[in-house]
Amino acid sequence: MNIHEYQGKEILRKYGVAVPSGKVAFSPDEAVKVAKELGSNVTVVKAQIHAGGRGKAGGVKIAKNLDEVRTYAKEILGKTLVTHQTGPEGKVVKRLYIEEGSDIQKEYYLSLVLDRATSRVTVMGSEEGGMDIEEVAEAHPEKIFKEIVDPVVGLTSFQARRLAFNMNIPANLVGKAVKLMLGLYQAFIDKDASIVEINPLVVTGQGEVLALDAKFNFDSNALYRHKDIVELRDFDEEDPKEIEASKYDLSYISLDGNIGCMVNGAGLAMATMDTISYYGGSPANFLDVGGGATAEKVTEAFKIILSDPHVKGIFVNIFGGIMKCDIIAEGVVTAAKEIGLEVPLVVRLEGTNVDLGKEILNASGLNIVAADSMADGAQKIVELVG
Amino acid sequence: MAVFINKDTKVIVQGITGETALFHTKQMLDYGTQIVAGVTPGKGGLEIEGVPVFNTVAEAVAATGATVSVIYVPAPFAADAILEAVDAELDLTICITEHIPVLDMVKVKRYMEGKKTRLIGPNCPGVITADECKIGIMPGYIHTKGHVGVVSRSGTLTYEAVHQLTQEGIGQTTAVGIGGDPVNGTNFIDVLEAFNNDPETYAVVMIGEIGGTAEEEAAEWIKANMTKPVVGFIGGQTAPPGKRMGHAGAIISGGKGTAAEKIKAMNAAGIEVAPTPSVIGETLIKVIKEKGLYEKCKTH
Repeated sequence: MNIHEYQGKEILRKYGVAVPSGKVAFSPDEAVKVAKELGSNVTVVKAQIHAGGRGKAGGVKIAKNLDEVRTYAKEILGKTLVTHQTGPEGKVVKRLYIEEGSDIQKEYYLSLVLDRATSRVTVMGSEEGGMDIEEVAEAHPEKIFKEIVDPVVGLTSFQARRLAFNMNIPANLVGKAVKLMLGLYQAFIDKDASIVEINPLVVTGQGEVLALDAKFNFDSNALYRHKDIVELRDFDEEDPKEIEASKYDLSYISLDGNIGCMVNGAGLAMATMDTISYYGGSPANFLDVGGGATAEKVTEAFKIILSDPHVKGIFVNIFGGIMKCDIIAEGVVTAAKEIGLEVPLVVRLEGTNVDLGKEILNASGLNIVAADSMADGAQKIVELVG
Repeated sequence: MAVFINKDTKVIVQGITGETALFHTKQMLDYGTQIVAGVTPGKGGLEIEGVPVFNTVAEAVAATGATVSVIYVPAPFAADAILEAVDAELDLTICITEHIPVLDMVKVKRYMEGKKTRLIGPNCPGVITADECKIGIMPGYIHTKGHVGVVSRSGTLTYEAVHQLTQEGIGQTTAVGIGGDPVNGTNFIDVLEAFNNDPETYAVVMIGEIGGTAEEEAAEWIKANMTKPVVGFIGGQTAPPGKRMGHAGAIISGGKGTAAEKIKAMNAAGIEVAPTPSVIGETLIKVIKEKGLYEKCKTH
């Protein structure tokens, strides 16, 4: 789960991480009010969307007076920002963050992630701030430094110090950088984050070390123990079909093709998309109904697939282990009858109770094309969709 | 032979009184697995499907001599269940549970350093040695005893591969699901090494997916050490970057962990990669024919 920059900075403040003063605003009037309260010479008006690259897309503006704050707030609110992370359709800005301007001397990069190779949390820093870390890794891999954290003792002061020196943070400010890093690590652990990225971290003319941006991503498996984080969820930032699917505990991801897929198991679901593409088709979604799906859940999954106007055909691919084929068949039939099925449907059933499942489909009177294997089914649906 | 488990393996079911665990305990008993004990705190003294239930893993081990456990405990308590299995000095614990917070697993991995227990999973279908011992949630009937080892990050794709092998007359030694989480107990290399050392295993199917670099590392290991042919498949060739594809570990982030990179690394190590999951069986047969192993692998 992602949150907005302003929400991330609220969390950071609680952990003693220095961030510039600022507040969220939902209208130009509010933006001006916040700017007045801040009383800074320069005010930054920042679009709040769950994607990076806002600056380049015109979502971050520097205002020199309150009139400019109003002008920029009007300009950015309601605007569709297209960045390298939003996809071509972009994201509409509904919230602004109004922040005091900082006298930036130098920009750095700092992040915490889980390193899969070591199964440890890793702190990563670089003096090349402000650009994508992937670009830095490409151009200057020698300028990226890592500290791997032992969970028994957590991030230690000496590690934070070593990283700060490696990042070439001015020696007189290393103490402040260490305090910031230790706070950041504690926030990461306490809130079960999976990524915290501060890009840029800055050193100011006043000798401060500040987190100028804050990108948080949280482990969805741990949200059950963080009610405060769950409350920060912004449904405007998510695909409505994905929200609907999450209500039924279905794993669904929107894609831009026209063949709807319903599969059990994440690996098989991915492989089904791959197979459709292999035969020249294009999947409309990833959907794993899971191992313990009920007929009701299958019905809901079917409805979600059909709510996508781009869907011109559906491929159901089930290898029943735990998931019984008759349950899938019942769900498919119920859903098709309830909402009316106007697109071709190809079903491949294999595994537990497969004969019973096929019987239910045959007896339904629905126009269902049976497939013998995943490849057969993929070819049939690609052909039917045309 | 086969790897990790066999007909003599004595198994404890942790969380045996839960609905899922009950269902699968029956299935495992039907398959012939020696389930000798169950553990649910507070339910000690009960008997379920003829299996005695204990309050702690240590008690269950002392009473039955079990060396392996399987965990069906709900996610918030699953990390603790793994720690308990490790503390009881089991040889192997297999964690089926999905959705364990990853930072819990970071601590578990640290705790396990220097301990004797091997962890397989979490978020995995389990391990099955055909006709001998089934531990987990996989459908038993698709497996046939034979000479091909299977290792996979995905449950249903494992079934898909095993089913194809069985249909083609190629039996299996052991199928190991290592799980779809970013932090897991046993990786591809551990299992490949076990298959390499198992005289009954003549060839291996390795099924990976997007996210992380485990497949790349395995490919390097295979190139340097593996004496038996390996064929592969990688799921998620069409997955969009930045999206978690069902499994917590299946995500392309920062341009890393793509299927294309993994396939490239595997091909470079001499591993034939099936273009679609439907031809995993065919691909293996082609390779074992080239190596002159087909007749030895053909079991039925």
